[in-house]
Amino acid sequence: MADAAAHARSAPPSLLAPLRRNFLLGLLPFLVVAAVYFFASQQRLAENPQDKLLPSLAQMADAVWQHAFQPDPRTGDYLLLADTWASLKRIGIGVGLAALAGLLAGINMGLLPKVRMLLSPFLTFLSMVPPLAILPILFIALGVDELSKVALIFLGVFPVIARDLMMSTAQIPREQIVKAITLGATTTTVIYRIVLPQVLPRLIDAVRLSLGGAWLFLIAAEAIASTEGLGYRIFLVRRYLSMDVILPYVLWITALGFAADWLLRQVVLRRYRWYVAGGSA
Amino acid sequence: MNEASASTARRLLHLEDVYKSYGDKLVLENIDFAVRAGTLCSVVGPSGCGKSTLFRLVLGQEAADSGRLFVDGRPIDGPAQDRGIVYQRYSLYPHLTVIENAMLGKTLPAGFGERRRRAKEWREEAMQYLERAGLAAHADKHPHELSGGMQQRVAIAQALIKRPKILMMDEPFGALDPETRENMQVFLLELWEEERMTIFFVTHDMEEAIYLGTRVVVLSQHYTDDRGHGPGVKRGARVVCDYELPSAVASTKVKRSPEFVALADEIRRIGFDPKVLQHVTEFNLRHPDSFQTLQPEEARGPREAA
Repeated sequence: MADAAAHARSAPPSLLAPLRRNFLLGLLPFLVVAAVYFFASQQRLAENPQDKLLPSLAQMADAVWQHAFQPDPRTGDYLLLADTWASLKRIGIGVGLAALAGLLAGINMGLLPKVRMLLSPFLTFLSMVPPLAILPILFIALGVDELSKVALIFLGVFPVIARDLMMSTAQIPREQIVKAITLGATTTTVIYRIVLPQVLPRLIDAVRLSLGGAWLFLIAAEAIASTEGLGYRIFLVRRYLSMDVILPYVLWITALGFAADWLLRQVVLRRYRWYVAGGSA
Repeated sequence: MNEASASTARRLLHLEDVYKSYGDKLVLENIDFAVRAGTLCSVVGPSGCGKSTLFRLVLGQEAADSGRLFVDGRPIDGPAQDRGIVYQRYSLYPHLTVIENAMLGKTLPAGFGERRRRAKEWREEAMQYLERAGLAAHADKHPHELSGGMQQRVAIAQALIKRPKILMMDEPFGALDPETRENMQVFLLELWEEERMTIFFVTHDMEEAIYLGTRVVVLSQHYTDDRGHGPGVKRGARVVCDYELPSAVASTKVKRSPEFVALADEIRRIGFDPKVLQHVTEFNLRHPDSFQTLQPEEARGPREAA
């Protein structure tokens, strides 16, 4: 009887089931990959204890201990800490400047048709240039120091943020702006009290979306010319096939990216409830 | 300026010989009318006849091609604080709470110091408006947490706190369900009874226009004049009739009374039926604030009344 009813339905019930968070189900792929890895690692190490390709958990823990909690014998630095600090500084400055410039450019382009006509084609062009292709130019023009790395991140991220904010500024209904003027607003107050607060959560979202690209540019720049940084380290130890260092570093970079994304998401969720609710009155 | 227009030039709102076209399309043609302070003036007409264009011209959001527009004797030059607005949508700012929206007319023009100093006073004033709108309990919510009708009440409070000379409303209840719509109509009439403010109310809903208005101005492109309908004649909407109506707040049941229905039918016939073409000299413009300035080619000679 129950079977007959189930057969009578046109769509399989699993497609119609309400979406419930299932933590364990999501964990499963991680467990499978880890199990496959450690099984393979154990097999290889049993055959050849010198094998470096698939280090065991103990070997990786040892490498983490060496890099994170023991001062480097040559410089006296804690390498993981120094690398993390150097990388976060670069990505922070690069993305921060891009966000600020993107906000300014985006609001002006969104509000003022003349500015949009002036900047839009150039910005479109800029966003089409693969940032990594101009890295050599940056190294030649700006030197191999911090500036060129920050500039690469900036150039990669800025056009995306500026275009995103231009669109969300332009989406603010014209009625809101006219109404603000009848309520006594000037151009300045329209920008600072009506437009800016409404695009700020959008800016945070744009930054979240561009962080993935920013990490890519950072690691590429560090891999090519640097003396510290997370990307520098994994490309440095690659020469010694030090998978025991590379794998924890990759996980660490992923964790940093995840944490940054989570933090920004929390800011939006807590401070901009109206935005999350899709509120447009 | 002829005699009729001279006598109405002292009215709160005065429009004369106003033309507006977009590209090749003439939207408004030779619009003349004046509105006296304290009038609840509804403007009705078939959809696409240029009601919203007229609204934007009075607001100053767009400029007329030619003609004269005055508010309180001053030429209209862009949106200003003497004209408050309530739109169908987008009247409220989603990032501000209800009370912040309501007091925006106070806080927006003020500097940082004054805002801090007078926040409490303004909040109390805005609260009074919210209380009258029955929304005091929702003061700290955001607009998205309110129903459509509540949002429009906040929008009205937000406009009224500026004490504008004219409250401009463009289809303010157009997005509401019928029941909420009637409640809002009664709410607006009660508010108007107390304050006797001047309201410029644009709607495509005939019953709403007649029920609310102490005056109904009908805008339509369905009419004729001495130029005929040759290929070279471009025709935009103009005021084809203008009624003075009783001003008492009545129950919404009045919408089913014979006089009400008869008036609605008459307006529909004159304004909305493309086959009924009144000549410009036959328009019913007997409202005391109504006037008409005709171009020589529109009415060449004196005509017998039909």
